[in-house]
Amino acid sequence: MLAKMDPPKGLAALEAAWDARPTRRTFLIGAAAAAGGLVVGLRPLDAARASETAAASPANPLIGYIRITPDNRVTVLSSQFDMGQGVYHGIATLVVEELEADWSQVDVQGAAGDVTLYGNILWGGTAQGTGGSTSMATSWERYRKAGAAARAMLVAAAAEAWDVPGDQISVAAGVLSHPDGRRASFGDMAGRAAEMAPPQDPPLKARGQWSQIGNEALRRFDSAGKTNGSHRFTIDVALPGMLTAVVAHPPRFGARVASFDAGGALAVKGVTDVVQIPRGVAVVAESTWAALKGREALSVAWDESEAETRGSREILDTYHRLASEPPKAIARAEGDAAGALASSAQTLEASYEFPYLAHAALEPMNAIAAMSEAGELEVWGGHQIPTLYQYIAAQIAELPPERVRLHVMTTGGSFGRRAVADGDVVAEAVAVAKAIGWRAPVKVQWTREDDMAGGRYRPAYVHRLRAGLDEEGNLVAWENHIVGQSILAGTPFEAAMVQNGIDYTSVEGASNLPYAVPNLSVGLTSTDVGVPVLWWRAVGSTHTAFAVEAFIDELAAAAGKDPYAFRMAMLADHPRHRAVLQTAAEKAGWAEPLPEGRHRGLALHESFGSVVAHVVELAMEGGAPVIHRVVAAVECGTVVNPDVVRAQIEGGTAFGLGAIMAEELTLEAGRVQETNYDAYTPLRIDQAPAVEVHIVPSDARPSGVGEPGLPSIGPAVANAIAAATGRRVRQLPIRKALDV
Amino acid sequence: MAYQIRLNGETRALDVAGDTPLLWAIRETAGLTGTKFGCGIAQCGACTVHADGAPTRSCQMTVADAEGVEITTIEGVSGPIAETLAQVWAEMDVPQCGYCQSGQLMAAVALLAESPTPSDADIDAALWGNLCRCATYQRIRAGVHEAARRLEA
Ligand code: FES
Ligand code: FES
Repeated sequence: MLAKMDPPKGLAALEAAWDARPTRRTFLIGAAAAAGGLVVGLRPLDAARASETAAASPANPLIGYIRITPDNRVTVLSSQFDMGQGVYHGIATLVVEELEADWSQVDVQGAAGDVTLYGNILWGGTAQGTGGSTSMATSWERYRKAGAAARAMLVAAAAEAWDVPGDQISVAAGVLSHPDGRRASFGDMAGRAAEMAPPQDPPLKARGQWSQIGNEALRRFDSAGKTNGSHRFTIDVALPGMLTAVVAHPPRFGARVASFDAGGALAVKGVTDVVQIPRGVAVVAESTWAALKGREALSVAWDESEAETRGSREILDTYHRLASEPPKAIARAEGDAAGALASSAQTLEASYEFPYLAHAALEPMNAIAAMSEAGELEVWGGHQIPTLYQYIAAQIAELPPERVRLHVMTTGGSFGRRAVADGDVVAEAVAVAKAIGWRAPVKVQWTREDDMAGGRYRPAYVHRLRAGLDEEGNLVAWENHIVGQSILAGTPFEAAMVQNGIDYTSVEGASNLPYAVPNLSVGLTSTDVGVPVLWWRAVGSTHTAFAVEAFIDELAAAAGKDPYAFRMAMLADHPRHRAVLQTAAEKAGWAEPLPEGRHRGLALHESFGSVVAHVVELAMEGGAPVIHRVVAAVECGTVVNPDVVRAQIEGGTAFGLGAIMAEELTLEAGRVQETNYDAYTPLRIDQAPAVEVHIVPSDARPSGVGEPGLPSIGPAVANAIAAATGRRVRQLPIRKALDV
Repeated sequence: MAYQIRLNGETRALDVAGDTPLLWAIRETAGLTGTKFGCGIAQCGACTVHADGAPTRSCQMTVADAEGVEITTIEGVSGPIAETLAQVWAEMDVPQCGYCQSGQLMAAVALLAESPTPSDADIDAALWGNLCRCATYQRIRAGVHEAARRLEA
């Protein structure tokens, strides 16, 4: 279910990825030119149009989506990239449901290269990509229809082979059978089925006939390889003769190579080449260890004349100052917020500060490029936006795009990090392979330090909020001013995509405030800072949810009202929000008394078409919050895989909790300070709560679950801390705010 | 020069520089890629192997130091504890991206070998060093408890 007012996040995300900072002009404009035509055509589609578009594209399922081979294997070709969120399993579930395959014969592979087959329907269908928690929504009709069409073709093949009417043939668990006793596997009929005409509009099962979709007992098909070490990630790809490269990147964002001395590096045994590429100097070697030692022995002089030299404290101080000035652009205005504030019985004001955050996915960034003897470029990686990467690789390699073949690997996390429209590490791999004359396949492997210092952070933000209550404690005025970097700014698409100065990714979650407030103003001031930024799991909602829900809680307290009742009273027009909040509160026993020393907080947020609420129960020990219970409720439309939904809400909650408790990426004089997990500290097991997930049933089309688990956990914790201590957390991370 | 390394019960001659971290020699020279690189500084546990049965960060041990030590990786770990954990992991859908899970399992195998009925605090202590960025911790914890229950039965 996609709320009407939401533009597709994937589109915004795609546009936002254009990181055409002037300091890196040469390379990036090249990349932009290569891909520009593709992106400009993107248009938002609402859910209804999305399903029409999907229905109107009857591709042959046995070519594009499902490969059935004589050995009776069924390979689903996934348009969506699996970074751990379970989308391969989700798409396979849709196919198995309609195809009536047996799970033991099913595998999933990443597909790329044909936008008519794999374009993200939620992005307008003109680019393939994974983002904005759209994977199930874009796949919902596409892969069920593919499964149904493939089954119809198998039936037609068996009917022809057996010379019987098709409607006498039944299909179950990968077997075609006729009442006379004849049976055939899918593999037996694979060849003949491929000759059959694909049905134009195969009927889909009704909800009541589903055996896979919504099945509680189903488990992910891909766990075995992830428990015995056999699952292959990009880092595990080894090609004959492959060399490994590490890249010396600039010490500050925006610096460039002035000169370098390769002598020391080349003296290291195993180092084969030292080459300059647009973003630094690459040391190429026969092994990763030799490349790393070579890079240590390399000396590079950097031209830092255009580099960003500010520290993050300085940047945030500037934001605080800007936040108290009028916003540069208004995202939403209703009534007369300023007038209502002036005449309110009671006014409150608060500022919230959010640091830069790193994705810090466990598999450091990497990609592999290899030129075949036939002159075809193959690129392996976590291709989160294949359409762009294909064009970018082609442009660097000076090949037509159809001579580039992408291998979409699953990766050890991403959280948005592998969706970078300048190609990032993918472009590096191609550039290095080209620089050594396409002599050998090249894997570019970043270290943790490269990854952490590589930019593309969740932007730092400051929110300033002011609100007014009338004499009865009703919320009558709301002003929210957001200050921070635009993810879209400085890109070739800024003019088309930033409407009236509003980058939607900066204000999502704030401008669509669900609470009924008669006088409201949400404004944005986008800043010009040379730190590369990117969407980070849940994007704008990572900060807007915190500011909004922490402030609403503060207002409830000022009004002398229960935080739950205060919210519910303002949600008359939002039945989904009400149902979710009510479920979370009931399951958590919101109205019930707590043991001595325990305190609760709640928060509610809609993102990516789904609504989530959290209730947290905690105690303060030695000045630090110790979380005892977390209850989450989620409404995400039709549930394809209940256990995957639970896993995503559990993981999203814990990911968000870790971030608000202790994550912060800081810069001193433009240099990144936290370059490994000793200083940048994601959640560890001792801090991880058991999250109880309750799914609110819905018949709507599936919406996202990869991101929506994050936004409301932070404010729920902050609100519980306030309930315990009276102290409002206004600066993240909490560890820093509470000095614990 | 080639170092003679005992790897999953076999002796392998690994021709690498002596200062090469065992992690890279296992992955690139021996070709066993189940052991992962996450940080290189003993902070994430993705590279965990068993060295004479003890969970060890292979990014911190050089090949030269690994000579004479019985090294076991996720590909070679066996026995009822390892098998039960792997089975429980799949039944409980523990992995998300899966990248950390080799290390989680190697640490969990060592934990259950040492303490067959671990408390939550034991689990925290044994697995604290194994980062999971997908934050699958609650299922990891439940999985260790469940495997312990099954092994006891
Ligand atoms: S790679 Fe060895 S602990 Fe992280
Ligand atoms: S499952 Fe992804 S890092 Fe643990």
